[in-house]
Amino acid sequence: MVNNTTMHELSVAQEILGIVNQYVPEPKSNNIKSVKVSIGKLSNILTDSLIFCFEAIIGDTALKGAKLEIIETPVKIGCASCKKEYEIEPPIFACPICGNNQIKIVSGTELHVDEIELFD
Amino acid sequence: MSVITVERKVLEKNDAIAQQNRDSFKKKNLFTMNLVSSPGSGKTSIVERTIHNTKDKFKIAVIEGDVQTSLDAQRVDAYGVPVVQIVTQGACHLEAGLVRDAFGQIEKNNFEILFIENVGNLVCPAGYDLGEDLKVVIVSTTEGDDKPLKYPAMFRNASALIINKIDLVPYVNCSLETLEKNSLSINPSLHIFKTSCTTDEGIAEWCEWISSKITR
Repeated sequence: MVNNTTMHELSVAQEILGIVNQYVPEPKSNNIKSVKVSIGKLSNILTDSLIFCFEAIIGDTALKGAKLEIIETPVKIGCASCKKEYEIEPPIFACPICGNNQIKIVSGTELHVDEIELFD
Repeated sequence: MSVITVERKVLEKNDAIAQQNRDSFKKKNLFTMNLVSSPGSGKTSIVERTIHNTKDKFKIAVIEGDVQTSLDAQRVDAYGVPVVQIVTQGACHLEAGLVRDAFGQIEKNNFEILFIENVGNLVCPAGYDLGEDLKVVIVSTTEGDDKPLKYPAMFRNASALIINKIDLVPYVNCSLETLEKNSLSINPSLHIFKTSCTTDEGIAEWCEWISSKITR
């Protein structure tokens, strides 16, 4: 929840930590190597800021030292007339081949925790 | 090295509460709009003019979101409609849980339209579903005509666009034509309204559109 958080990267970092805690309920000291997340380029997340917030909130916990690894996913659209999928570069929301603007965004808005890597 | 596969949405908790909100709104047969814009573009004024112009047609309730103060709720309260203020204490957007709690305070009242006025910010509120039927993005002419290109996620996620303060066009560096063109290049399905809360221009068309959305 947003209580006492001022930027949404911080609340997103807290949600990520909450999900990690469900999978590794009692982490031994420093046994989490990394947390991998996918972040779409259209999800309005500043990745440096998210990493900063994540490192700040795990500071004195057993997760200390865990790295937040971010995979930035491009914006992909499906064109209604070409019937194909293409990558686009916002703010241009049109098919890069035929110019049609009847498009559907198929990826680039995601904000997912993909996996947690542990030291053995 | 062992790997735990997670594959979970970071905002799944918010999304789950948003779905509960959507169910509650549906049960009450509400048409719910999430109003998003930068600070000072006229969200509260639009709410006020809408309440004033439709008071004989339908009943409106309002959830106000702000970082500080209940000034907006006081303005809306003067119209005698159910209103709750959420003060986020610094947070830059509303989340579904805050809206659920606020809705609990007004749901016993009789109304058909719910406005959720988000925190003034064109970035963060785009990612948080509150359970609304649709998002309405408001942009004022004083902000310039390039805002849709700078904040595409917000314009892409909205169903309607209100271009407000059109009475100021002669005095500001903003082309309505460019603003419309930029908005439609991000989202060709936007319904566009051009309004002034000072002269009431365009408010009737906006109210007519809301009226067409109500299922009685």
